[in-house]
Amino acid sequence: MQTNRFSRGMSDYQLKMAFIMPTMILLILMNIFPLLWSLYLSFHDYEASMQKPPVFIGAKNYVDVLTDPDIWGYFRTTAYFVVVAVSAQFLIGFGLALLLNRSFPSKGLVTTLLLLPMMLSPVVVGIFWRFILASDNSGLLNYLLSPILNLPVINTIFAPPIEWTTDPKIAMLAVVIVDTWMWSPFMMLISLAGLSAVPKSLYEAADVDRASTWFKFRWITLPLVSPLLLIALLFRTMDAFKMFDIVYVLTREGGPGRVTETVSMNLYRIAFRNYDTGKACAMAYILLIIIVALSNIYVKYLNRVKGEE
Amino acid sequence: MKRLFICFVLLMMIVVVGCNNQKDDAEPAPEESQKTLTIVWAEWDPANYLQELSKDFTTETGIAVDVVQIPWPTFQDKVFNTFVAKGDIYDIVIGDSQWLGRNSVGGHYIDMTEWINENIDVASIYAPAMTAFAEYPKGSKKYWALPAEVDAAGYVFRKDLFEDPKEMEAFQKKYGYALAPPTTYSELRDIAEFFTRPDDELYGIATWYSKEYDGITMGFQQVMWSYGASYGDPDTYKVDGHINSEDAVKALDYYKDLLKFAPPDAPNYYWSETLDAYNAGKVAMAMNYFAFFPGVLDPEKNPTSHDKSGFFVAPKGPKGHYISIGGQGMSISEYSKNKDIAKQYLKWFMQKPVQEKWAKLGGFTPLKEVLESDTFKNATPYNEAFAASFPYLRDFWAVPQYAELLAECQTNWSEAITGIKTSKEALDTIAQKHEEIFTEAMKDSTDTE
Repeated sequence: MQTNRFSRGMSDYQLKMAFIMPTMILLILMNIFPLLWSLYLSFHDYEASMQKPPVFIGAKNYVDVLTDPDIWGYFRTTAYFVVVAVSAQFLIGFGLALLLNRSFPSKGLVTTLLLLPMMLSPVVVGIFWRFILASDNSGLLNYLLSPILNLPVINTIFAPPIEWTTDPKIAMLAVVIVDTWMWSPFMMLISLAGLSAVPKSLYEAADVDRASTWFKFRWITLPLVSPLLLIALLFRTMDAFKMFDIVYVLTREGGPGRVTETVSMNLYRIAFRNYDTGKACAMAYILLIIIVALSNIYVKYLNRVKGEE
Repeated sequence: MKRLFICFVLLMMIVVVGCNNQKDDAEPAPEESQKTLTIVWAEWDPANYLQELSKDFTTETGIAVDVVQIPWPTFQDKVFNTFVAKGDIYDIVIGDSQWLGRNSVGGHYIDMTEWINENIDVASIYAPAMTAFAEYPKGSKKYWALPAEVDAAGYVFRKDLFEDPKEMEAFQKKYGYALAPPTTYSELRDIAEFFTRPDDELYGIATWYSKEYDGITMGFQQVMWSYGASYGDPDTYKVDGHINSEDAVKALDYYKDLLKFAPPDAPNYYWSETLDAYNAGKVAMAMNYFAFFPGVLDPEKNPTSHDKSGFFVAPKGPKGHYISIGGQGMSISEYSKNKDIAKQYLKWFMQKPVQEKWAKLGGFTPLKEVLESDTFKNATPYNEAFAASFPYLRDFWAVPQYAELLAECQTNWSEAITGIKTSKEALDTIAQKHEEIFTEAMKDSTDTE
């Protein structure tokens, strides 16, 4: 009876608020407040490890970040990584999904095994790829490639062993390989979901019209799968832009030199090694703006694709 | 709305009561927790020795000591983040010498000058150790720590190779002098070259080239000093002309050249990789901190040469003899609630009998008398080389900006050894960046004043 009286006493609005408020409070404390606080700090000279109050310096941190040629170098490195890694993941992931989108024995087991890499921790992945990419005799990849690398034609171009993580010319390729190995399954999973949702009747109708395989792929599969592919690309682009763990572990904090040092790696250095908190906040905001801008491009394109449907 | 408010208050009360109950279950009674001293250190053998040693302190005082060990890669981040949060979970911090500037100026270490002068016989402690691990600013006689583990970079070598008559003869024939542990960098290069036989999977040397934390800096700086260059003038903070001098260029060219005699992955090598390379029988000589050498003598970790290893002092250069200092000092956290107990522990730790036991367990004592004793020198096969390294120890900058200075060295020296930049370009860039960092720091300190 008490409960009934109690629920009768609450208006719809109050009930709604009772359900929403805990989440709202949590969001404000965990997300909104840090976001606003870091925005505030980005306009201040502040070092978290020094017991001095923040000093307002206007946009100096932003100017410092945007006029630092080294930081532009880290942005270029990151952009290169994002374009190459996400493209490779897209092609491999979508290709695998096309192969898996048919019936064959043990399909479930094969799909599960292919999905395993993305379920591992990036740090663990970085550590075991360290061993796989080792350029001495313990390196599995060099061992597997040795029959090819020792061919006279190849030998003149790549003198074995390939120094995957220490040669400045190919260190970034090593990071791309590891990230692609880890995240192509994600692309595959989303693509597979899209491919499974394409109505069979469309293909049957196309078969009746004697449409070619390419025609069916270009005019049935691709248009219907593309919204999901764009979402997968959006997630991977945002994630790749924040690349940190694998670089930290695999190439020892972005080495050799700064060849694989991404913006996030440099951000970590500024924030947690140098404790230049104000500058780190400014850099984080610049990174956020770039990611939001990139996401908007994808979302606009996604809307266009949906509109065409 | 009133009912909603009552509901909210009730919910909060349940949460608070629940939290309190959990606390009661998980934590010991307040009186018990006051009797536990927490020391934080990196995860390595000396931390185990300290935990063992501290049992005596517990027996004497009834105060439990917990040595919390954090893996090396996250050691600094975890300790510094605790300081930023003003956390009281650590009473004593055993931190790197470079941390002194930042943590003393930042107010995270307590000023122990007065207490040390009253309670510790500073003259009994090896002076360079006191300067490196306790004093900031250098020469000010202001103390923020006491040396705990005094370490140095040294070398281990394969006696079975060095004492093989065929190898000795071949070496004598090729280089015109006897094969023996090198005393100069020129000899080190010859020996490294001599033992480099990639077809036999054997290389001459494993030393530090990694961009990780302070890897290449700790490896190269002692060569740089021994070639006659320096980081800069510690009084004026003038860097240009010091770190990019002709001597520094020669030193970096030498260090880069040495890479030819190291295993293929050597640009990634720091202490764990050099240790692994030596234990795997890949190299004839390897550099490491002496504190890691127990791993060389362990038959399980080093089945190849655990009983065939010798140790030598880092060589001298054409213009001097300097060695990178390792190890850490013990500081008391400003946020500790057990500062008096922490001081009691430090006083106990610096006593001669305790230091003798510390050395016996495997710790590297800063106490002169113990360090110079035959008991210490004969305690392990490497202690003699360690004690002989002491007069040559030098350190990186210990100023609050050390992390920024270190990052420039790490990046540019890594670029130099992998051919991205020439030695001159790398050193000029470091000089320019270091000057900028010091100028900015001086401007900040003037603004504060």
